[in-house]
Amino acid sequence: MTDRTASTDGTERTEGTEGTEGTEGTEGTERRTMTDEELHELAGKQTALGEVRGAPAADPVNVPMIRHWLAAMGDENPRYLEQGLAPPAMAQVWTMPGLSRGQKERSPVDDMMSALNDSGYTGVVATNCEQTYHRYVRVGERLTPATRFSGLAGPKRTALGVGYFATWNITWYTEDDEPVADMMFRVLKFRPPAAKAAEPYPLQPAVNQDTAFFWEGVNRGELRIQSCADCGELRHPPGPLCPHCRSAERAYRLASGTGTLFSYVVHHHPPVPGRETPFVVGVVELPEGVRIVGNVVNCPVEEVRIGMPLRVTYRRMDDRLVLPMWAPEEP
Amino acid sequence: MIGDALPELSIDLTPTMVVSTALATMDYTPVHHDTALARAQGSTDIFLNILTTMGLVERYVTDWAGPEAVIRSIDVKLGVPAYAGDRLTFSGTVVAGEGARLTVEVRGRVSLGEHATGTVTLEGQ
Repeated sequence: MTDRTASTDGTERTEGTEGTEGTEGTEGTERRTMTDEELHELAGKQTALGEVRGAPAADPVNVPMIRHWLAAMGDENPRYLEQGLAPPAMAQVWTMPGLSRGQKERSPVDDMMSALNDSGYTGVVATNCEQTYHRYVRVGERLTPATRFSGLAGPKRTALGVGYFATWNITWYTEDDEPVADMMFRVLKFRPPAAKAAEPYPLQPAVNQDTAFFWEGVNRGELRIQSCADCGELRHPPGPLCPHCRSAERAYRLASGTGTLFSYVVHHHPPVPGRETPFVVGVVELPEGVRIVGNVVNCPVEEVRIGMPLRVTYRRMDDRLVLPMWAPEEP
Repeated sequence: MIGDALPELSIDLTPTMVVSTALATMDYTPVHHDTALARAQGSTDIFLNILTTMGLVERYVTDWAGPEAVIRSIDVKLGVPAYAGDRLTFSGTVVAGEGARLTVEVRGRVSLGEHATGTVTLEGQ
């Protein structure tokens, strides 16, 4: 979110509910979480400022903007253009900042919004907009907005999260200081629920003293095959004793990462948590002389063939687990 | 008069409609014209801005009341967003009449539910 929190016109950037709410950054550098009491104290201060005048509209009420607005709305009411009157619901339009990229003026609303953002209530959703029109404004009149902060209610539990309802009012004046329209605008500033941490992959390998070296290797992109520290025999899966010489002394060697598919099954059913079916479980024969079980990936199921050349690839399953898998070796 | 129903008005919320109304109301907030950005923020698509909702409620009532009517107030409670690609259907009922002043209750529904509910007061019909 880049632009304004609330302009002096009270327009909010995000509207509606159910997913259209946004979160806001805060301008300036000072960020301080306020207690509920402090937020209410600030609200009192902002309310006490009373009505703060903004800059006059860039343009007086004019026919081109009225015509453009009527066309966009599909409003065919002839009254406005025939009588030189602005549609009343355009009240706010006249003092909108448009694409101006200059210094925006601050209203009593801005400090309140910044404080709510800094206190974690970064979500925003507009809830109410009430406009009263004292009279229709005429082409040629130039309006000036005046904003007053009028209330903070909360913290309250809402469907979107805990939040505060902030309310402000804007009155539009003519150059003769005649109030022609009033608006009450209310938003909910809420604390977005904490994003859930990524779900861990449901099938975690048993990592123990016998197998830790293998998983440490996988995390570094190495395929480590256990070897006997006495006779040098390779064995997989890892175990406490050498099946050849019964030695408990262990080491490992790095495999080249190539292999051929010795055997495989295609798993269609039952469903496996964290996996999309069908998938291929293969027994891969390594040139080093051991076989290893793993998924065959990056290959349509129907193209998997016994004897196909494979190369190991490493897939991250969640924040912690990486699994070695086997993909067709590029010719 | 009280209890009278206004004829329904259905508006196709084309991207053109959403964008042209946002710009006609001088609202350049990206969620009203930039689909990719709106989606990145968790919205389904670009959606109507509040100034447009107010304008459409006004249009809905004056379409029925005629050009002589003077709109005195529009109070809207905002609900679900009105996304591009959806349809916004207005219905309304006259709920009060005092002298020349009428109060009309208006509802604007989209596929997700009520986008806006509120009351409009008008005179001089």
